[in-house]
Amino acid sequence: MRQLSRRAALTLAAAGAALGFVGSGKRAPAAAKEAADQIAQFTGGKTAEKGKVSIELPEIAENGNTVPLSVTVDAPMAADNHVSEILVVADGNPNPGVATFHFSPLSGKAAASTRIRLAATQNIIAVAKTSKGEFFTNQKLVKVTIGGCGG
Amino acid sequence: MAEKPRLKLPTEAKKGEVIEIKTLLPHVMESGQRKDKDGNPIPRKIINKFACEFNGKPVFSVNLDPAIAANPYMQFNAKVEESGTFKFAWTDDDGTITTAEEKITVS
Repeated sequence: MRQLSRRAALTLAAAGAALGFVGSGKRAPAAAKEAADQIAQFTGGKTAEKGKVSIELPEIAENGNTVPLSVTVDAPMAADNHVSEILVVADGNPNPGVATFHFSPLSGKAAASTRIRLAATQNIIAVAKTSKGEFFTNQKLVKVTIGGCGG
Repeated sequence: MAEKPRLKLPTEAKKGEVIEIKTLLPHVMESGQRKDKDGNPIPRKIINKFACEFNGKPVFSVNLDPAIAANPYMQFNAKVEESGTFKFAWTDDDGTITTAEEKITVS
């Protein structure tokens, strides 16, 4: 799905309003808002502190069908204080959810790698939750040449 | 048609070592976003959960969304304190569970 520039979007919206059909037609590529909602649900409304989480992704993904992703949290993995979950969301896919990783002290490290699909250039946001109820977050922009959600 | 998962992990480790585990399950991960050539949506069919446990204790698990690429690949770590067996399980949207296991000797 193509991204509209702000100006083009405004022009279109104005044209739409004039014709009385705002909001019809193409579905907006998913919703940074949906992504934010999902994060809010995960943190229970708490604000996640920026940092500690590192996201590894290519700067430019030529093929959105399979983009390598690694998330690592710089935190101890002790029984009483460890990273318990990492939520990963994408703010420009048809659905924001990517994955939720669950860790235990047996994980040894709060790190995971997988391969993901990206429909368009967008931000990948990771939010880590610790067993003490702290939240850390980070995000990374990835440019996608060919979208991976097929149509 | 569950195909055989691929696993990569050491067979031996030292006590307390953090080892790396790589897994891959051949699977289409149909996202539910695509349409067939007649324009009908192709229903979603993905692996929605992956879990790894060691001697019955949870090590690592993931809830997967359709944004995970086909042939879901997972790389993660495990801290081993004793010899035992890793068990892996992939849950499909249709309820099928594919399992695999691998032993490790810890000295």
